[in-house]
Amino acid sequence: MALIQCKNLTLGYDHKKLIEQLSFSVEQGDYLCIVGENGSGKTTLMKALLGLINPIKGSIIRGDGLKPKEIGYLPQQTIVQKDFPASVKEIVLTGCQGRMGLRPFYSKAEKQLAKDNMEKMDITDLANRCYRDLSGGQQQRVLLARALCATQKVLLLDEPVSGLDPKVTEEMYRLISQLNRRDNITVIMITHDIEAAVKYSSHILHIGDSTFFATNKEYQKTDFYKSFAEEKEGI
Amino acid sequence: MVEKLLMYLQYPFVQYALIVGVLIALCSALLGVILVLKRFSFIGDGLSHVAFGAMAIAAVLGISNNMLFVLPVTVICAILLLRTGNNTRIKGDAAIAMISVGALAIGYLLMHLFSTSSNVSGDVCSTLFGSTSILTLTPVEVWLTIGLSVVVLGVFIFYYNTILSVTFDESFAHGTGTKVSLYNLLIAVLIAVIIVIAMNLVGSLLISALVIFPALSAMRVFKSFKGVTVCSAFVSVFCALAGIIISIATSTPVGSTIVAINIFVFLIFYVVGLVKR
Repeated sequence: MALIQCKNLTLGYDHKKLIEQLSFSVEQGDYLCIVGENGSGKTTLMKALLGLINPIKGSIIRGDGLKPKEIGYLPQQTIVQKDFPASVKEIVLTGCQGRMGLRPFYSKAEKQLAKDNMEKMDITDLANRCYRDLSGGQQQRVLLARALCATQKVLLLDEPVSGLDPKVTEEMYRLISQLNRRDNITVIMITHDIEAAVKYSSHILHIGDSTFFATNKEYQKTDFYKSFAEEKEGI
Repeated sequence: MVEKLLMYLQYPFVQYALIVGVLIALCSALLGVILVLKRFSFIGDGLSHVAFGAMAIAAVLGISNNMLFVLPVTVICAILLLRTGNNTRIKGDAAIAMISVGALAIGYLLMHLFSTSSNVSGDVCSTLFGSTSILTLTPVEVWLTIGLSVVVLGVFIFYYNTILSVTFDESFAHGTGTKVSLYNLLIAVLIAVIIVIAMNLVGSLLISALVIFPALSAMRVFKSFKGVTVCSAFVSVFCALAGIIISIATSTPVGSTIVAINIFVFLIFYVVGLVKR
């Protein structure tokens, strides 16, 4: 059974429908990129996958015993976070909130989990630094470590490289790719960057005037991608 | 000077003032950290004006224990204000400004129209700036403050980690199963309770200072959430104690003395923060 399966999904706010009749499925170990123009409903789709909003029509079925709390989410940064006075360690630990229930304080196992994930993201030496003093790339690593505390299975990333310089962007993509391959974590990522989507992902979901879901290879054969690639070469 | 102070400390009303002052300072500083980080610095101001308006209405209606009327009204307004997320017609800051000045105007108008005392402007001034009410507390009020403060402190400590998580990143917290709206509701109720009890200390115009200054001072210097929270609590308690003692010794108004000391401490922390960086 698929890890996440969406059937005839219609999403939107109030009377405005953003996405209609969308169906696709994600298997364990997939790397799905969601691409599309601004305002096409990418973030709305992600919120629906997280269970933050309910679909107008259709259904999202979680398989393989995946609980809604077990999805690691990396949202777009907000202004509040930019100058938040908290240490890296404190922020990574908040990723364990979902598994705490009503227990107010973190257990030893949770502290160890945070430590392991900081190790994995190579930010152990930053543990006591203040979040607001870090560079953009370091901040994203912290948030990724936090998301890993929440999940062993699925990561949802909302434009994880926006605002990063090209070198750091490349590093970030490599890191995500590594998590996908080495740790077999399913990745669902929103991105503007079609080139990167084609380079790294296994599947691509294109949302917009024409909506389609395809494997990476199939996507490269579509007319849309061909015209995109030609334009790119033209420049 | 010291002898004079020791003599004052013998009086129960001074002891009451110190106990209540310390508790209010502690609670408002803890909540202040959250409010400043959530960009809600002005909600204290808005709510205190609501409390002022409610007090005026309570006085007109002749409700003897006005706390029973003021507290629920303020709590409801706090919930309404903090609930205004991104999807409301009137944005957060405009809603706060509207309710704040609206309540202030209606409150003063009512006090003027249905005044029972001969000195309306005196009454208004005392409610707005606190003046002497902290020194005229009854034992019942003191116990009420102690009770409410213990509740606020308990909730804050028990939910500390969740509060950090929700304040830092609502969408992530929501996505991992935290009931975010419930916590926002909790914070709204707590801040309303603090504001109503803090009106006794500094009056309704100066409460914002008590809420934001300690947090802002602590944020200049400390780099972890725990550090900021603890430091903010200490700064606030120190300023309140110093302010009350100085105001008794030199007979200055309590509220503005405390706020003046808070400003002074903020400047020191600001410089320390610059040097440290």
